Amino acid sequence: MIVGNRKSMEEILEMVKPYKKVLLLGCRECITVCAAGGEREVGVLASELKLSRAKDGQEIEIKEFTLERQCDFEYIDQIKPFVDEYEVIVSMACGAGIQYTAERFPKKPVFPAINTTFLGVTLEQGLWAERCQGCGECILHLTGGVCPVARCAKSLFNGPCGGSSGGKCEVSKETDCAWQMIIDKLKALGQLEKYEEIIGVKDWSTSRDGGPRKRVREDLRLQ
Amino acid sequence: MLKAFESGADGIYIAGCLEGECHFLKGNLRARKRMLYLRKLLAEVGIEPERADMYNLSSAQGQRFAAIATEMTEKVRALGPSPIKKGQSAFKA
Repeated sequence: MIVGNRKSMEEILEMVKPYKKVLLLGCRECITVCAAGGEREVGVLASELKLSRAKDGQEIEIKEFTLERQCDFEYIDQIKPFVDEYEVIVSMACGAGIQYTAERFPKKPVFPAINTTFLGVTLEQGLWAERCQGCGECILHLTGGVCPVARCAKSLFNGPCGGSSGGKCEVSKETDCAWQMIIDKLKALGQLEKYEEIIGVKDWSTSRDGGPRKRVREDLRLQ
Repeated sequence: MLKAFESGADGIYIAGCLEGECHFLKGNLRARKRMLYLRKLLAEVGIEPERADMYNLSSAQGQRFAAIATEMTEKVRALGPSPIKKGQSAFKA
Protein backbone atom coordinates (compact mmCIF):
# COMPACT_ATOMS: atom_id res chain seq x y z
CA MET A 1 0.00 0.00 0.00
CA ILE A 2 0.94 3.65 -0.21
CA VAL A 3 1.95 4.84 3.25
CA GLY A 4 1.72 8.43 4.40
CA ASN A 5 2.00 10.58 7.48
CA ARG A 6 -0.24 13.43 8.47
CA LYS A 7 1.39 16.83 8.27
CA SER A 8 1.93 18.79 11.48
CA MET A 9 -1.02 20.75 12.81
CA GLU A 10 1.09 23.89 12.59
CA GLU A 11 1.62 23.41 8.85
CA ILE A 12 -2.03 22.61 8.14
CA LEU A 13 -3.23 25.60 10.19
CA GLU A 14 -0.92 27.88 8.23
CA MET A 15 -2.29 26.53 4.92
CA VAL A 16 -5.93 27.09 5.82
CA LYS A 17 -5.35 30.38 7.64
CA PRO A 18 -7.20 32.60 5.14
CA TYR A 19 -10.20 30.27 4.74
CA LYS A 20 -13.45 29.89 6.64
CA LYS A 21 -15.12 27.10 4.67
CA VAL A 22 -13.08 23.94 4.29
CA LEU A 23 -13.90 20.65 2.59
CA LEU A 24 -11.83 17.99 4.34
CA LEU A 25 -11.49 15.02 2.04
CA GLY A 26 -10.39 11.56 3.19
CA CYS A 27 -9.70 8.42 1.16
CA ARG A 28 -10.80 4.88 2.00
CA GLU A 29 -7.88 3.15 0.30
CA CYS A 30 -4.24 2.81 1.37
CA ILE A 31 -4.22 5.96 3.47
CA THR A 32 -7.10 4.56 5.56
CA VAL A 33 -5.22 1.28 6.09
CA CYS A 34 -2.10 3.12 7.26
CA ALA A 35 -4.27 5.20 9.62
CA ALA A 36 -3.28 8.58 8.20
CA GLY A 37 -6.17 9.90 6.12
CA GLY A 38 -9.29 7.75 6.46
CA GLU A 39 -12.66 8.66 7.91
CA ARG A 40 -11.36 8.55 11.49
CA GLU A 41 -8.39 10.75 10.78
CA VAL A 42 -10.63 13.18 8.88
CA GLY A 43 -12.77 13.40 12.03
CA VAL A 44 -9.77 14.00 14.27
CA LEU A 45 -8.29 16.69 12.01
CA ALA A 46 -11.69 18.40 11.69
CA SER A 47 -12.00 18.49 15.49
CA GLU A 48 -8.49 19.85 15.89
CA LEU A 49 -9.11 22.57 13.31
CA LYS A 50 -12.39 23.55 14.96
CA LEU A 51 -10.81 23.61 18.42
CA SER A 52 -7.88 25.68 17.24
CA ARG A 53 -10.09 28.22 15.50
CA ALA A 54 -12.56 28.36 18.38
CA LYS A 55 -9.67 29.04 20.79
CA ASP A 56 -8.63 32.01 18.67
CA GLY A 57 -12.22 33.22 18.37
CA GLN A 58 -12.28 32.55 14.63
CA GLU A 59 -15.01 30.98 12.59
CA ILE A 60 -14.52 27.83 10.51
CA GLU A 61 -16.98 25.54 8.77
CA ILE A 62 -15.71 22.10 7.88
CA LYS A 63 -17.39 19.43 5.84
CA GLU A 64 -15.94 15.99 6.46
CA PHE A 65 -16.15 13.66 3.49
CA THR A 66 -14.31 10.45 2.75
CA LEU A 67 -14.23 9.08 -0.78
CA GLU A 68 -13.87 5.46 -1.80
CA ARG A 69 -10.74 6.51 -3.69
CA GLN A 70 -9.16 9.79 -4.71
CA CYS A 71 -7.24 8.19 -7.57
CA ASP A 72 -10.32 7.54 -9.76
CA PHE A 73 -12.31 10.44 -11.13
CA GLU A 74 -15.66 8.62 -10.78
CA TYR A 75 -15.27 8.84 -7.02
CA ILE A 76 -13.77 12.32 -6.91
CA ASP A 77 -16.73 13.62 -8.90
CA GLN A 78 -19.02 12.67 -6.00
CA ILE A 79 -18.08 15.99 -4.38
CA LYS A 80 -19.29 17.98 -7.42
CA PRO A 81 -22.75 18.75 -5.98
CA PHE A 82 -21.32 20.62 -2.97
CA VAL A 83 -17.69 21.48 -3.72
CA ASP A 84 -18.56 25.07 -4.67
CA GLU A 85 -19.88 25.72 -1.17
CA TYR A 86 -16.29 25.53 0.13
CA GLU A 87 -13.36 27.86 -0.41
CA VAL A 88 -10.68 25.20 -0.21
CA ILE A 89 -10.23 21.43 -0.27
CA VAL A 90 -7.81 19.87 2.21
CA SER A 91 -7.08 16.36 1.02
CA MET A 92 -5.97 13.54 3.28
CA ALA A 93 -5.21 11.21 0.36
CA CYS A 94 -1.75 10.25 -0.91
CA GLY A 95 0.03 12.58 -3.32
CA ALA A 96 -1.69 10.88 -6.27
CA GLY A 97 -5.16 11.43 -4.84
CA ILE A 98 -4.43 15.03 -3.86
CA GLN A 99 -3.23 15.83 -7.38
CA TYR A 100 -6.10 14.09 -9.12
CA THR A 101 -8.60 15.97 -6.96
CA ALA A 102 -6.82 19.21 -7.88
CA GLU A 103 -6.97 18.24 -11.57
CA ARG A 104 -10.71 17.55 -11.41
CA PHE A 105 -11.42 20.94 -9.82
CA PRO A 106 -8.96 23.34 -11.45
CA LYS A 107 -10.53 26.46 -9.96
CA LYS A 108 -10.43 25.17 -6.40
CA PRO A 109 -7.31 25.33 -4.21
CA VAL A 110 -6.46 21.80 -3.05
CA PHE A 111 -4.00 21.49 -0.16
CA PRO A 112 -2.21 18.39 1.20
CA ALA A 113 -2.71 17.28 4.78
CA ILE A 114 -0.54 14.20 4.19
CA ASN A 115 3.14 13.66 3.46
CA THR A 116 3.22 10.58 1.23
CA THR A 117 6.20 8.50 2.26
CA PHE A 118 6.56 5.03 0.73
CA LEU A 119 5.11 1.82 -0.73
CA GLY A 120 5.07 -0.62 2.10
CA VAL A 121 3.51 -3.23 4.33
CA THR A 122 1.95 -3.43 7.78
CA LEU A 123 4.46 -5.14 10.08
CA GLU A 124 2.03 -5.00 12.99
CA GLN A 125 -0.85 -2.76 14.03
CA GLY A 126 0.54 0.77 14.08
CA LEU A 127 3.84 -0.11 12.36
CA TRP A 128 4.51 0.12 8.63
CA ALA A 129 7.70 -0.43 6.64
CA GLU A 130 8.96 0.34 3.15
CA ARG A 131 9.22 -2.51 0.66
CA CYS A 132 9.08 -1.09 -2.89
CA GLN A 133 10.20 2.01 -4.77
CA GLY A 134 8.29 1.32 -7.98
CA CYS A 135 11.50 1.22 -10.03
CA GLY A 136 9.69 -0.36 -12.98
CA GLU A 137 11.92 -3.43 -13.37
CA CYS A 138 11.50 -6.02 -10.65
CA ILE A 139 14.37 -8.38 -9.80
CA LEU A 140 12.89 -10.07 -6.74
CA HIS A 141 13.27 -13.47 -8.45
CA LEU A 142 17.05 -12.97 -8.31
CA THR A 143 17.25 -11.74 -4.74
CA GLY A 144 15.19 -14.20 -2.74
CA GLY A 145 12.18 -11.87 -2.63
CA VAL A 146 14.07 -9.07 -0.85
CA CYS A 147 14.34 -5.81 -2.81
CA PRO A 148 17.81 -4.24 -2.86
CA VAL A 149 16.43 -1.06 -4.45
CA ALA A 150 14.01 -0.27 -1.63
CA ARG A 151 15.69 -1.96 1.30
CA CYS A 152 19.40 -1.35 0.79
CA ALA A 153 20.26 2.23 1.79
CA LYS A 154 22.54 2.45 -1.27
CA SER A 155 20.23 0.46 -3.58
CA LEU A 156 23.23 -1.76 -4.34
CA PHE A 157 22.71 -4.51 -6.89
CA ASN A 158 25.67 -6.57 -5.76
CA GLY A 159 26.13 -6.34 -2.03
CA PRO A 160 26.65 -6.13 0.83
CA CYS A 161 28.90 -3.11 1.20
CA GLY A 162 31.44 -2.52 3.96
CA GLY A 163 28.80 -0.85 6.09
CA SER A 164 27.06 -4.13 6.83
CA SER A 165 27.80 -5.36 10.33
CA GLY A 166 26.15 -8.16 12.27
CA GLY A 167 23.28 -8.17 9.77
CA LYS A 168 22.59 -4.47 10.30
CA CYS A 169 23.05 -1.46 8.03
CA GLU A 170 25.46 1.30 9.00
CA VAL A 171 22.66 3.83 8.43
CA SER A 172 20.90 2.65 11.59
CA LYS A 173 21.09 -0.22 14.04
CA GLU A 174 17.35 -0.58 13.55
CA THR A 175 17.77 -1.29 9.84
CA ASP A 176 18.48 -4.79 8.62
CA CYS A 177 21.11 -5.10 5.91
CA ALA A 178 19.13 -5.98 2.77
CA TRP A 179 22.03 -7.93 1.31
CA GLN A 180 22.46 -9.96 4.47
CA MET A 181 18.75 -10.77 4.21
CA ILE A 182 19.15 -11.68 0.53
CA ILE A 183 22.03 -14.04 1.28
CA ASP A 184 20.20 -15.65 4.20
CA LYS A 185 17.05 -16.09 2.12
CA LEU A 186 18.87 -17.53 -0.92
CA LYS A 187 20.68 -19.93 1.41
CA ALA A 188 17.36 -21.04 2.94
CA LEU A 189 15.90 -21.52 -0.54
CA GLY A 190 18.92 -23.52 -1.67
CA GLN A 191 19.56 -20.93 -4.38
CA LEU A 192 22.87 -19.49 -3.22
CA GLU A 193 24.23 -19.90 -6.75
CA LYS A 194 22.12 -16.87 -7.67
CA TYR A 195 24.22 -14.76 -5.32
CA GLU A 196 27.34 -15.61 -7.30
CA GLU A 197 25.86 -14.16 -10.48
CA ILE A 198 26.70 -10.50 -10.96
CA ILE A 199 23.56 -8.47 -11.53
CA GLY A 200 24.17 -6.08 -14.41
CA VAL A 201 23.87 -2.32 -14.43
CA LYS A 202 20.28 -1.30 -13.85
CA ASP A 203 18.41 0.65 -16.47
CA TRP A 204 16.94 3.41 -14.35
CA SER A 205 14.94 4.83 -17.25
CA THR A 206 12.05 2.59 -16.16
CA SER A 207 12.17 4.36 -12.80
CA ARG A 208 11.82 8.08 -12.08
CA ASP A 209 14.91 8.82 -14.17
CA GLY A 210 12.79 8.33 -17.29
CA GLY A 211 10.39 11.06 -16.20
CA PRO A 212 6.73 10.68 -15.21
CA ARG A 213 5.41 7.26 -16.22
CA LYS A 214 2.19 6.00 -17.74
CA ARG A 215 0.83 2.51 -18.18
CA VAL A 216 -1.45 1.59 -21.05
CA ARG A 217 -3.63 -1.43 -21.69
CA GLU A 218 -5.08 -0.77 -25.10
CA ASP A 219 -7.61 -3.62 -24.82
CA LEU A 220 -9.23 -1.88 -21.85
CA ARG A 221 -9.38 1.60 -23.30
CA LEU A 222 -12.79 2.83 -24.36
CA GLN A 223 -11.57 5.33 -26.95
CA MET B 1 -13.20 12.84 23.51
CA LEU B 2 -12.35 15.66 21.08
CA LYS B 3 -16.08 16.21 20.55
CA ALA B 4 -16.43 16.85 24.29
CA PHE B 5 -13.86 19.65 24.04
CA GLU B 6 -15.57 20.96 20.89
CA SER B 7 -18.78 21.17 22.93
CA GLY B 8 -16.99 23.30 25.50
CA ALA B 9 -15.99 20.78 28.17
CA ASP B 10 -13.32 22.22 30.49
CA GLY B 11 -11.84 18.79 31.07
CA ILE B 12 -12.53 15.10 30.72
CA TYR B 13 -11.31 11.90 32.27
CA ILE B 14 -11.59 8.26 31.36
CA ALA B 15 -12.12 5.64 34.03
CA GLY B 16 -10.65 2.26 33.10
CA CYS B 17 -10.30 -1.02 34.95
CA LEU B 18 -7.34 -1.64 37.19
CA GLU B 19 -4.30 -2.61 35.16
CA GLY B 20 -4.06 -6.36 34.79
CA GLU B 21 -7.71 -6.80 35.73
CA CYS B 22 -9.49 -5.64 32.58
CA HIS B 23 -12.30 -7.85 31.26
CA PHE B 24 -10.98 -6.95 27.81
CA LEU B 25 -7.45 -7.95 28.87
CA LYS B 26 -5.52 -5.07 27.27
CA GLY B 27 -8.43 -2.67 26.71
CA ASN B 28 -7.46 -0.36 29.56
CA LEU B 29 -3.79 -0.31 28.52
CA ARG B 30 -4.77 0.58 24.97
CA ALA B 31 -7.14 3.24 26.24
CA ARG B 32 -4.24 4.80 28.17
CA LYS B 33 -2.13 4.95 25.01
CA ARG B 34 -5.01 6.65 23.19
CA MET B 35 -5.39 9.10 26.03
CA LEU B 36 -1.71 10.02 25.62
CA TYR B 37 -2.37 10.50 21.89
CA LEU B 38 -5.34 12.73 22.69
CA ARG B 39 -3.18 14.82 25.01
CA LYS B 40 -0.70 15.29 22.18
CA LEU B 41 -3.53 16.43 19.87
CA LEU B 42 -4.78 18.89 22.48
CA ALA B 43 -1.30 20.34 22.93
CA GLU B 44 -1.05 20.79 19.15
CA VAL B 45 -4.05 23.10 19.15
CA GLY B 46 -3.04 25.01 22.27
CA ILE B 47 -5.28 23.33 24.85
CA GLU B 48 -3.59 22.27 28.10
CA PRO B 49 -3.16 18.46 27.87
CA GLU B 50 -3.79 18.23 31.63
CA ARG B 51 -7.44 18.84 30.87
CA ALA B 52 -7.65 15.18 29.81
CA ASP B 53 -6.64 12.28 32.02
CA MET B 54 -7.18 8.61 32.70
CA TYR B 55 -7.67 6.81 36.00
CA ASN B 56 -7.74 3.12 36.80
CA LEU B 57 -10.16 1.73 39.35
CA SER B 58 -12.57 -1.15 39.79
CA SER B 59 -16.35 -0.95 39.84
CA ALA B 60 -16.20 -1.82 43.56
CA GLN B 61 -14.24 1.34 44.43
CA GLY B 62 -17.03 3.87 44.83
CA GLN B 63 -15.07 6.01 47.29
CA ARG B 64 -12.08 6.08 44.99
CA PHE B 65 -14.36 7.11 42.12
CA ALA B 66 -15.67 10.02 44.17
CA ALA B 67 -12.14 11.02 45.18
CA ILE B 68 -11.00 10.98 41.54
CA ALA B 69 -13.99 13.08 40.48
CA THR B 70 -13.07 15.65 43.13
CA GLU B 71 -9.37 15.56 42.23
CA MET B 72 -10.09 16.05 38.52
CA THR B 73 -12.62 18.81 39.19
CA GLU B 74 -10.08 20.68 41.31
CA LYS B 75 -7.39 20.22 38.70
CA VAL B 76 -9.61 21.59 35.94
CA ARG B 77 -10.88 24.42 38.13
CA ALA B 78 -7.29 25.47 38.75
CA LEU B 79 -6.72 25.55 34.98
CA GLY B 80 -9.79 27.75 34.52
CA PRO B 81 -12.38 27.61 31.75
CA SER B 82 -11.46 25.94 28.48
CA PRO B 83 -9.66 28.30 26.09
CA ILE B 84 -12.29 27.25 23.54
CA LYS B 85 -14.99 29.00 25.57
CA LYS B 86 -12.90 32.15 25.81
CA GLY B 87 -12.43 32.14 22.04
CA GLN B 88 -16.07 31.41 21.37
CA SER B 89 -17.28 34.25 23.59
CA ALA B 90 -14.82 36.62 21.90
CA PHE B 91 -16.19 35.48 18.53
CA LYS B 92 -19.81 36.02 19.63
CA ALA B 93 -18.95 39.45 20.97
